[in-house]
Amino acid sequence: MATKPKLYYFRGRGRMESIRWLLAAAGVEFEEEFIETAEQYEKLQKDGRLLFGQVPMVEIDGMVLTQTRAILSYLAAKYDLYGKDLKETVRINMYADGTLDLMLMIALAAFKPPAEKEEDLALIVQKAQTRYFPVFEKILKDHGQDFLVGNKFSWADLQLLEAILMVEELNASVLSDFRLLQAFKTRISNIPTIKKFLQPGSQRQPPPDSHYVEVVRSILHF
Amino acid sequence: MAGKPKLHYFNGRGRMESIRWLLASAGVEFEEKFIGTPEDLDKLKNDGSLMFQQVPMVEIDGMKLVQTRAILNYIATKYNLYGKDIKERALIDMYTEGMADLNEMIMVLPLCPPDQKDAKITLIRERTTDRYLPVFEKVLKSHGQDYLVGNKLSRADIHLVELLYYVEELDSSLLANFPLLKVISLTAFRREGSHFPPEVLTVGLRSHHCADLLGPGTPSRVSF
Repeated sequence: MATKPKLYYFRGRGRMESIRWLLAAAGVEFEEEFIETAEQYEKLQKDGRLLFGQVPMVEIDGMVLTQTRAILSYLAAKYDLYGKDLKETVRINMYADGTLDLMLMIALAAFKPPAEKEEDLALIVQKAQTRYFPVFEKILKDHGQDFLVGNKFSWADLQLLEAILMVEELNASVLSDFRLLQAFKTRISNIPTIKKFLQPGSQRQPPPDSHYVEVVRSILHF
Repeated sequence: MAGKPKLHYFNGRGRMESIRWLLASAGVEFEEKFIGTPEDLDKLKNDGSLMFQQVPMVEIDGMKLVQTRAILNYIATKYNLYGKDIKERALIDMYTEGMADLNEMIMVLPLCPPDQKDAKITLIRERTTDRYLPVFEKVLKSHGQDYLVGNKLSRADIHLVELLYYVEELDSSLLANFPLLKVISLTAFRREGSHFPPEVLTVGLRSHHCADLLGPGTPSRVSF
């Protein structure tokens, strides 16, 4: 009987959140160990399980995986969310990488001083509305299908939903010009595993607050 | 018959260089269109060629691919440089991402303000000898094989050789305590690479200009 995957990270979104989403969407139950002190982190490093001394780390299928994208690609392939052939996979990668860029900007903004943080977040909303969302609106318009790639739910759809929700937290009306993305958001949110993940009490983490920033700064020394 | 892949980027390493290495290692001839002026870049943006308004962009197999990782993943898969199954691919990805992190630090060094440069170089040295190179030395030592994953040449080996050249350029003494890394970089290409004759590689590990290392006419660029 396979054991559940186990996630090692701080108690917050950061670079682990996309991994939580992917597991949840695939209907995979997982455990988490939250790193709350420097001692805990140092122990993980000394145990030699963090290949480059960093988290996220996920224990899954007898492997100790680090590097966010390595973990996400593995999960996408394992749970058949990576397209049916190479041409579909490359499109999923392009779309997912685009949205990951956007979400990482949001994750990093939390650690900036207040004035810079405001600027960054405003820039993120602007980029979402001018660089990223128009692309996905057009893709959906051009093929008229429910999902971004291959008429089938994939990792790209999941990343896009996650990005939409994160940007909406910064500006609730960000989708106002994107009719198809609004419908997409509703549709993907209603997929049963995702709907469950969006309910209170799931393993989804809230946006970073000052406590989270403090904890991470004290553990990673920056 | 498909045309050669066409690379769109500035005339420099940046984020396109690892793509050049991977294509070259796979024996794939490619063309390049260099972006020399803001107008060149605007033209690409305006004709809808750049999905997220960014380069690198590679025209290949009827597609216009963007996002460095997406492009590298495509090439690696197409040319069988990505392991035999998803577990090998996960290992390759883990190693590759670590290398990309160090590569990124070295890549952006020229953009660093002069007053911060020394500190950045110190950090790069530390990371090289304490965080990254020990991992790859240990992997090779642990299985005793010539390649990082699955006893077969993969993109991980190619990215590693590329990274080692940059480390060498920064400071050749950084490689002093990593004997296996030197061996792997020679072996990988001596066995597989008609495009990397051994004499050039031996010289390469001592030279400081990438263009020289790989022989005249090879599409590799000196540092910005």
